[in-house]
Amino acid sequence: MANEVCLRTLDLERPWLLEQYQSRGGYEMLKKILTEKTAPEAIIEEVKKSGLRGRGGAGFPTGLKWSFISRNAPGQKYVVCNSDEGEPGTFKDRDILRYNPHQLIEGMVIAGYAIGATRGYNYIRGEFWEPYERFEQALEEARKAGYLGKDLLGSGYDFELHTHLGAGAYICGEETALLESIEGKKGQPRYKPPFPAHFGLYGCPTIINNTESLASIPMIMEKGGEWFADIGVKNSGGSKLFSISGNINNPGVFEIPMGTPFSELLAMAGGMKNGHKIKAVIPGGSSAPVIPGDQMMELTMDYDTIAGAGSMLGSGAVIVLDDTNCMVKVLERMSYFYHEESCGQCTPCREGTGWLYRIVHRIETGQGRQEDLDLLDDVADKISGKTICALGDAAAMPVQGMLRHFRHEFQHHIDHKRCMVGLG
Amino acid sequence: MLIDVTDAAGIRIPRFCYHKKLSVSANCRMCLVEVEKVPKPLPACATPVADGMKVFTRSPRALAAQKGTMEFLLINHPLDCPICDQGGECELQDVAIGYGRDVSRYSEGKRVVADKNIGPLIATDMTRCIHCTRCVRFGDEIAGIREMGATGRGEHTVIGTYIEKSVDSELSGNVIDLCPVGALTSKPFRFNARAWELTQVDAIAPHDSLGSNINLHLRGNKVMRVHPRDNESINETWISDRDRFSYEGLYSSDRLTTPMIKKDGEWKDVSWDMALEMAAASLGEIKAADQIGALVSPTATLEELYLTQKLMNGLGCNNIDSRLRQGDFRLDNSLKRVNWLGMKIGEIDSLDAALVVGGNLRKEQPILAHRLRKAALAGADIHVITPQHLELIYKSRQLICTPGEMVKHLAAVAKAAGVKQGGTIGKLLDAADANEDAKAAAKGLKDGDTSAVMLGAMAQSHPDFSLLYSLAATLAEATGAKLSIVPAAVNSVGAQLAGAVPYLQAGGKPAESTGLDALGMLQQPCSGYLLLGVEPGMDFHNGALSQTALQSADMVVAISAYTSPELEACCDILLPMAIFTETSGTYVNAEGAWQQCRGAVKPQGEARPGWKILRVLGNLLNQQGFDYTDPGEIGEELRLLCEDVSLDNKLSPATDLEPRLGVDGLQRGGDTPLYATDPLVRRATALQQTKDAGEAVIRLHPIEAERQGLNSAENALIRQNGYQATLPVALDDSIPEGCVWISTGLRDTSMLGQPFGEVTVEKA
Repeated sequence: MANEVCLRTLDLERPWLLEQYQSRGGYEMLKKILTEKTAPEAIIEEVKKSGLRGRGGAGFPTGLKWSFISRNAPGQKYVVCNSDEGEPGTFKDRDILRYNPHQLIEGMVIAGYAIGATRGYNYIRGEFWEPYERFEQALEEARKAGYLGKDLLGSGYDFELHTHLGAGAYICGEETALLESIEGKKGQPRYKPPFPAHFGLYGCPTIINNTESLASIPMIMEKGGEWFADIGVKNSGGSKLFSISGNINNPGVFEIPMGTPFSELLAMAGGMKNGHKIKAVIPGGSSAPVIPGDQMMELTMDYDTIAGAGSMLGSGAVIVLDDTNCMVKVLERMSYFYHEESCGQCTPCREGTGWLYRIVHRIETGQGRQEDLDLLDDVADKISGKTICALGDAAAMPVQGMLRHFRHEFQHHIDHKRCMVGLG
Repeated sequence: MLIDVTDAAGIRIPRFCYHKKLSVSANCRMCLVEVEKVPKPLPACATPVADGMKVFTRSPRALAAQKGTMEFLLINHPLDCPICDQGGECELQDVAIGYGRDVSRYSEGKRVVADKNIGPLIATDMTRCIHCTRCVRFGDEIAGIREMGATGRGEHTVIGTYIEKSVDSELSGNVIDLCPVGALTSKPFRFNARAWELTQVDAIAPHDSLGSNINLHLRGNKVMRVHPRDNESINETWISDRDRFSYEGLYSSDRLTTPMIKKDGEWKDVSWDMALEMAAASLGEIKAADQIGALVSPTATLEELYLTQKLMNGLGCNNIDSRLRQGDFRLDNSLKRVNWLGMKIGEIDSLDAALVVGGNLRKEQPILAHRLRKAALAGADIHVITPQHLELIYKSRQLICTPGEMVKHLAAVAKAAGVKQGGTIGKLLDAADANEDAKAAAKGLKDGDTSAVMLGAMAQSHPDFSLLYSLAATLAEATGAKLSIVPAAVNSVGAQLAGAVPYLQAGGKPAESTGLDALGMLQQPCSGYLLLGVEPGMDFHNGALSQTALQSADMVVAISAYTSPELEACCDILLPMAIFTETSGTYVNAEGAWQQCRGAVKPQGEARPGWKILRVLGNLLNQQGFDYTDPGEIGEELRLLCEDVSLDNKLSPATDLEPRLGVDGLQRGGDTPLYATDPLVRRATALQQTKDAGEAVIRLHPIEAERQGLNSAENALIRQNGYQATLPVALDDSIPEGCVWISTGLRDTSMLGQPFGEVTVEKA
C-alpha cells in the first residue's frame, strides 16, 4: 500500500520525463476533464470527498479552500503552489519536484480549471536548484505537448504556469509572505483576513496549496475521492509523504497510508541506528512539540492521533532522536533557527525569538539560572498566538513541548552546569 | 475597525503602529484585546466590529497580552529617556507606565543600530526604533515617495533609507510626529527644550494658500517649534516642512528691531515717534497721489493689508498690489471679482480629472498636492502642461514644452474640448493642434463628474497669464470643469478682499478706477513707495526691475520684519514690524475660510504689530477712520464690507490680447523654489540646507547645452533685457530644449529679470 499517489511513478527509470509519466496514464485526467468539460463544481466536490487536507502542515481541507473562490467573479484568479519547503526536517516536496513534476503540473491545471484561474505560479525554495531545473524542464515539455498555454487541447481553456524561485527565507513558506515575495516585495506575512481566496496574489482571488496536495489531485480525479479517502483513516484521508530523518538507518521519503503505525514507518526507515534506544520524536517538522519515544511507538501517523498526543502531524517531517541527544542542545538549535528566520514584523516574534534562543543558549552553555525555565515558558506563552502568522507559534511550541516532557534535563543543565547525556 | 469605535467611545487601547491616517499594519501587537468566543487575542486595529460582538479591552487575558507585548518592546529599547528628546512626550514611555514591568527580566546586551544622517530636518536615533513602520507607511501612502523602508529581518530589521541619503519629501517632518519614540526627532529643535517646559498656542502657518493650522510651542517668549493642529477640512493632521520649520527664521540675526532712517547714505536708529513722523511727512509730501505705490506681501495679515489699502485710498490712489510675482495684468480691467481656488480644499480629494497648467503643486502647495494625490489614487485622470518635467507624487500625463509653447498647448486642449471663440482666443484655437494628448486631457475634464482646470504659480508668473487664464476659463466652461486660480500665498485671497489689488476696493468690489499693478508701479516708477513685508529683488516678478525702480524713487518706506542689503539699498525709512507669531491677524485661505490667530509672543526689540504702525501713519496723515484700539475692530470692519462678496474665477475672455512670449530663440524658465517664497522661509536655516532651497544655477538640457557650447562650461554669462549675471551651469534633462531654467526668489538671481522671457547665454 505504499507509493500509490504522488510517488506512484517512482519505479520508472526516469519518471520526470513526460513520456514516462504518460506511460502511466499521466495527463489523461486533464484530457478527460477538458474534453468532457467536467463541471468545476464536480471537481471540487470530488476533492472534498477525498478528505484531502493541506499537506503543507496546517491540514486545512483542500476542497473547502477551493470552494471559497467565487469562480464566476470577474478578473484574474491565480493558483499558487507552495514548494517553499523550508521547515527543518521536511524534504518530501523536493522529491515530487524531482521525480514526478508532471503530476504536479497536471494537478495545478486541474485546480486552475476548477476555480477559473488562467495563471499559476510554483514558488520553489531557493536552495532547490536541481528540483527547479527538473520542474522547468517539465514545464517546457508540457507547453510543447499543449498541456499549458493557450486553448489547452482545443478546449478553449487557457492556463499558463510559471516558476518563481525563492531566495532563502523560511518565512516565504507562509502563504501570504509567499504572495508578497512573488509580487516582488519583502517576504512578510499579511494580516488575515482578508484571506487569499478573496485578496491574494496582486489582490486577486487566489488558492495556495502545498506541492503534495496539488500533486494528489490527478489521482483523486482518476480513482475518485472515496478511493483516496479510504486509503487513510477517518479525518485523515489518503496517503501521505513522510520525510523521516534523525538517528535512523535509512532516512528518506515514504508515501504510506494515513493511520499507519509509527513503528511501521520506523521499520521502513531501517530502525534505530547503532541499536540505540529511541528517546523522542518530533512528528511534524521542527515546530511540532516533541513526543517521548515510548509514547510515539504506540501512535499512528494521522492528524487526530498525533494531535491527541499534544503535537501535530504538520508536514509529515518525522525527526527521530535517540538517547545520545541532549534535548537542551536540540532546542537550542531549533530556537536559533526561528530567531534567525523571524521576519521582524510583529513585536513578540521579532523580540521574543531572540530572547528564547538566548535563554536556551545560556542554559546549554552552563550559564542557566534557576528562574530560566519559568521564564522560558512565560516568554513562549507571550509569543504564542500573539503574532500575525504562525512563525511565532512555531518558535514557541518546541520550547513548550521540550519543557513538558524533558524539563528534568534542562533543570540538570542549570543545576550542574553540564549535560546529563553523554559527555556534553 | 474596533480601535476606531473604542477611540470614539473614549476607551483607551494602547497602540503604536496604528494611526488613523495610515493603513493598518497590525504589527506592533500592542492593541491586542479579548473577543468573546475567539481563542486568541485579536488586534483592535485590524478587527472589524460586528453586531453582538463582546470585547474585553482590560480583561486579564487582554492585559496579559498587552503587557507581554510591552515587555518585548522594551527588551531592546535603550530606556535612555533622560537623554532622549522624545522624553516626556513619548508614546512608548507613556504606555510603559501603564503596561511595563518595574524591572526588566532581559539581562542580555541590547540591540544597537547605527544612526543615519537623513538630512537637515530629521535627527535619527535608530536604536530607539520599535519598528512600528509608521514612517515607512507615511512615505508610501501620504508623501507619495517611499524614502524609508525596513531592511533586514527579525531582530536585525532596521528602518532607514538603505542608501544613506537625505529624506527629501516636502512633507517629511510629519514622520517626527508619527514616530512614537525618540528614533526620529526634529533636528533644529533637538536638545533645545523639554516637552513639559512648553506651552501651546494656536496659529496659522503663513506660507502656502491653505493656511495650515499649527500649534506654536513656546518656552517663555520664544517659539521653540511648530506642530500641526488637526483640521480635517484644511491640512488634516499634516503640515508641510515649510510650515513646520520656517519658525527658525523668526530668530534670524537680521530681524529689524528698531526704526531706522537713512541720512546722507548712512543708516541710523531713531525713535518710533521720529520714524513715524518722517514716514508720514514724506508720504504726505508727494503731491500727485498717483506717484505713490504700495507693494504689499500676500503673507501679511488681512488687517495689515486692509489698513494699507485704506491708507492709500485716503491718499487718493489705488496703486496697491499684492500679486508681486504675477507676470501679466492685462485682465485687470475685465476681472471684477475675487479669484480663489474655485472649490473647497476638501473637494480636491474627490476630483475625477484635473488639468494643471504651469504649476508644480508639490513644491508650491504641498498639502494641496497631497490631496490631489488622493484623487489620483482614487483614479483621477491628471494632466499637466508644464515648462519643465516635474517629479510628481501622483500618476499624471505631463505635456512638457518651452514656456512660450504653454499657451499653444492649452489652446490645443481647449480646441479638443470644442471651444469656439472669436478674437485672439479664436486665432490661438485655429492655430492649435488638437493632438492625442490634448484630446485625452479634454476628454478627462469632460467625462469627470467633478474636474478642474488649475492655474499654478508658473502660469501666474507667465507673461501671457491673461491668455492662459482666458483659455482656461473657456475650457472650464466647455467641459463643466471648475476653474482654479491657485492662490499663491496664505493671504492672496485675503488681499483681494482687503482691496490690496488695483482693480478692487476693500470688500472685494470693483474699484472706481484701476490703479497701477505690481509691475506697472515699477515700469513707470513712482516717486514714493510703501513696502509691506517684502524684500526687493527676491519677492518680485522682475527682481532687477524691482531694485532699480525702488532705488531711483525719491522716497521708500518699508514696514518690514527684517532688514537686508536690498532693503537698505532701496529704502529711506525702515519700520520694524512684528511677525506672524507676534501679532494678531486674520488669514483668508484658498477656499475663502477666514482664520484668526492671536499674537503668541512679544514682538522682538521695538518691533510693533503692522496694524499699529499703519494706524499711527493714518492718524499722522490726518485720515479718517484710523482710531482702532483692537485689531478685532479692523477685521470686523472688513468683514462687514465683505458680507455679500462671492469668490469667483469667471471671466469674460480677452478678445484683443496678443501673445507676448515668442516661441523662438532661447527662453528662460523660472520657478520660485519651495523655500524661497517669502522673507521668513528664506531665513529658516535648516530648510535652506535642503534640496528644495533652490540653487542659483543655470539649468539646461544636455542637448541644449551642447547647442549653446556650454556642455563643459562651469559658469555661463546670462543676459536678459539688459540685465546680466554669471551663474554656474547644471545639466538637467528635465528642462525642455530651447530653454534655460533659472529660479527666482534667490539673492544670486535677483539681478536678473522676469522668470520667463528671451535670454542669451555664453560661456563665462
